[in-house]
Amino acid sequence: MGGFPILSAMTFLPLAGALIIMVVRAATVGSRDETQASSEGRTALMAGLIISGATFLVSLAAFAYYNPAEPGYQLVEQYRWYQNISYKMGVDGLSMTLILLTTFLTPICLLASWNSINKRVTEYVVAFLVLETFMIGVFTALDLVLFYIFFEAGLIPMFLIIGIWGGPDKIYAAFKFFLYTLIGSLFMLVAVVYMYQAAGSSDFEVLENYQFARNAQTWLWLAFMASFAVKLPMWPVHTWLPDAHVQAPTAGSVVLAGVLLKMGGYGFLRFSLPMFPDASHLFQPVMFALAVVAIVYTSLVAWRQTDMKKLIAYSSVAHMGFVTLGVFSFNEAGVQGAIFQMLSHGIISGALFLIVGVVYDRMHTREISAYGGLVHRMPIYATLFMLFTMANVGLPGTSGFIGEILTMVGGFQASSWAAFGAALGVIFSAVYMLTLYRRTVFGQITNPKLNAIKDMNLIELICIVPLALLTILFGIAPNLIFNITEGSALRVLNLMAGG
Amino acid sequence: MLDYTAMILAIGPELWLAAAGLIGVLLGATFKDKFNALAFKFGALVLFAAAAFSLMNYQGGEAFNGLVRTNTFVNFAKFVSYAIGGVTLMMSEGFLKRHNTIRYEYALLTIFASLGIGMTLSAADLMTLYMGVETLSLASYVMAAFHRDSIRSSEAGLKYFVLGSLASGMLLYGASLVYGFAGSTQYVVIAAAEPSVGMMFGMVLMIVGLAFKVSAAPMHVWTPDVYEGSPTPVAAFFATAPKMASMVVFANVMYTVFGGIIEQWQLILSIIAALSMIIGSLGALTQTNIKRLLGYSSIANIGYALVAVAAGKEFGAGPLLVFMTLYVIASLGLFAGVLSMRRKGGMVEGINELGGLMRKRPWLAIALSVLIFSMAGLPPFGGFFGKWEVLNAGLDAGLLPLAVILILASVVSLGYYLRLIKIMWFDEPTEKFEAIDGSVTFTVIASAVLTGVVFLIFIYQLSGWAGNAAAGLAI
Repeated sequence: MGGFPILSAMTFLPLAGALIIMVVRAATVGSRDETQASSEGRTALMAGLIISGATFLVSLAAFAYYNPAEPGYQLVEQYRWYQNISYKMGVDGLSMTLILLTTFLTPICLLASWNSINKRVTEYVVAFLVLETFMIGVFTALDLVLFYIFFEAGLIPMFLIIGIWGGPDKIYAAFKFFLYTLIGSLFMLVAVVYMYQAAGSSDFEVLENYQFARNAQTWLWLAFMASFAVKLPMWPVHTWLPDAHVQAPTAGSVVLAGVLLKMGGYGFLRFSLPMFPDASHLFQPVMFALAVVAIVYTSLVAWRQTDMKKLIAYSSVAHMGFVTLGVFSFNEAGVQGAIFQMLSHGIISGALFLIVGVVYDRMHTREISAYGGLVHRMPIYATLFMLFTMANVGLPGTSGFIGEILTMVGGFQASSWAAFGAALGVIFSAVYMLTLYRRTVFGQITNPKLNAIKDMNLIELICIVPLALLTILFGIAPNLIFNITEGSALRVLNLMAGG
Repeated sequence: MLDYTAMILAIGPELWLAAAGLIGVLLGATFKDKFNALAFKFGALVLFAAAAFSLMNYQGGEAFNGLVRTNTFVNFAKFVSYAIGGVTLMMSEGFLKRHNTIRYEYALLTIFASLGIGMTLSAADLMTLYMGVETLSLASYVMAAFHRDSIRSSEAGLKYFVLGSLASGMLLYGASLVYGFAGSTQYVVIAAAEPSVGMMFGMVLMIVGLAFKVSAAPMHVWTPDVYEGSPTPVAAFFATAPKMASMVVFANVMYTVFGGIIEQWQLILSIIAALSMIIGSLGALTQTNIKRLLGYSSIANIGYALVAVAAGKEFGAGPLLVFMTLYVIASLGLFAGVLSMRRKGGMVEGINELGGLMRKRPWLAIALSVLIFSMAGLPPFGGFFGKWEVLNAGLDAGLLPLAVILILASVVSLGYYLRLIKIMWFDEPTEKFEAIDGSVTFTVIASAVLTGVVFLIFIYQLSGWAGNAAAGLAI
């Protein structure tokens, strides 16, 4: 790899694309006219698709240069920047998988917006591309301050996406999303400053090997936890998520569930475990308890939802509980399972939000009771929906199964009670998902408006089928992922043991 | 044997401002109304030249037997204040022309206010300090009431005058107490003097006077009223150049005069900082007038800056310069944004008038959003580094409670900053603003580019300059 900064190129390509779109837009359209917006919007969407597609290709190229056999950070770029902060980027197995997930989901999100976003399309594309830069940056940054900048900056485009293109209660949801996340992040900022001053550097590799005092670790761990628990989200700070999901446009929900939530799990694995091992051990029971509460409680809440998106949002909280369980079991199965679960949930929940978006675009309602009997009019839709329902339940053969079983195995080794609680959650997930599926897809058509409903069109198929294929592929051959993540999972555990 | 060259160099910028201001008076007296339009270019040129002069003798020097002493710390602030003062003068011209109040006196008052700024910054003696503060204040009172036919403007001027005089009185009384107990008005002699209870009294009174000038709580009440009532370009000037200077003067007095007894004033300043952050951010939440809102937000931001002052010379001097520079640039841009809120010949100031700006004037909306996020200290914009430095300084000095208050105040402040963003991006568009002078648009865009892009990538440069400047404080 002859010194070409491929990670920087990958990170900033979407941002550069967004700037170009904005400038071209300003040059071609002097003053805004809403009437001719639609053709111009398609052009912008097309440009956005090309740019995010190119970013995906660049990330594949980066993956090609990446050597899974080596556990440490690779493709590292480092420039001195500011005080003792450097602009340092690099990837390991953990971040590589999440980067691929990000770059893979973004074009799908833009494509899924083809027919559903009809106003201010150019701005929409720009917001999405800017968001993509920040999301990739979170995973590539190898400097704590750089990480923080990307982590926090991602709030702004997401705030705009929810607030401009969201549902009826979008302003409330956007503010709630922003302020919840911000409060957590700012406590992390104090911890970041403290760590930076204590270790004299904000480089990950320096911080990983720096021994923070036991007492300090506890506070730092709590400050990081404040941020990641909101982001993941964990019970009881999950309440922003259902609001944000329900009000966000479909693509916003996909990226929110698919990538933004993963930053919480990524943060735990990247910071909490290797940098504060003593505190992590100290808080293990608390985290297990919170994970089990999240899994059981939010599964039950999900069961009683009448809004499809809200149901999936709550199921996301439950599935993120498995990630917490896996991460804090401190063994290989748990950590590997947590990473796998993040990836798998990114694909499955993203697909489920797309599935809901398909009928929402046609009927403009997400009430479960407004549907029923869709199988008679939409057979392809029913099939795909079935696949993702099963994947979300964790049926063997789908990627959902691998993540859940591994995190539970890991959790069992650490605490059988926690694994028992989590297993209950698996049962509940079958209850709410199958109820959802039965009430929307099976039965007779009761709502006369459904008689004219059309099955999925080509664009929707292009969006969802790749996700379906990946779900099955990773369900059958999970080693594709484990081979990538094994090195980093072991590295995290080694750092923990050594620290 | 006095070294006149060194003396003249040390007071070069002030000498230049005084001379140029007096020449301006003569020109005005000779050409009367014909000088009105030209005076603004003249004034801006004079201020930019003064900024250049302050760089020419950046290392500083001493003059008048220690009445004046400059160093890199104050020269940095001088440069920023003069340059920004020049920009506000350029922005004012169009506004005043449309209000039929374009008079050369305005430009001259800005020059004399800047002269006051320079004197306070150069002061190494309580007498010079007081003279500078009064020069700045007297010019400011007149500027606040510059629209003399407007009740609001006159009211602002009067309020500012009455409260400002009280604060000046406190400052003077405090200075005289310090003089009485330390036996000298010179900074260096006071710094070396044995601390006594009387001197502490004097110090506290001086802190009160200076806190008024920077509009820190609980001496802040005048700020929103004066910002709202004054003509907008005047408010833009108040919020930037004198803010930067007064803050640095405040720090300079605390660091040099009372530097040895930091344990005596650290708590006082911490309380003032905490109150400013809390009152400023809570007060701004309910404002509907954009100028009032910016007034309250400036109180909160002064609170952040005071955290750096409270951290002491060693930790706080550099961060203070970084924070204030980024803050005044963002503030300048936002006030330029307020200047662009004009429709059907009248200025509008309600925040709801910004409704749907993104769809009517996208570039203006983007620039203002960048400035707002920067002022809120949100990454990836420059303002984040201001907060980062201040937070670093506070934690270095062991002021953890202040750091936590800073964090909480930032969250509260996001409440009103996000409301502005919401109005510009989410709300339905209102009537389009009329086109505005190039200088105003330029200022908005340029300050957004500076805070949003330049000082993101080249923050190490700004931080390095500020660090070197702060090193000049070591006597």
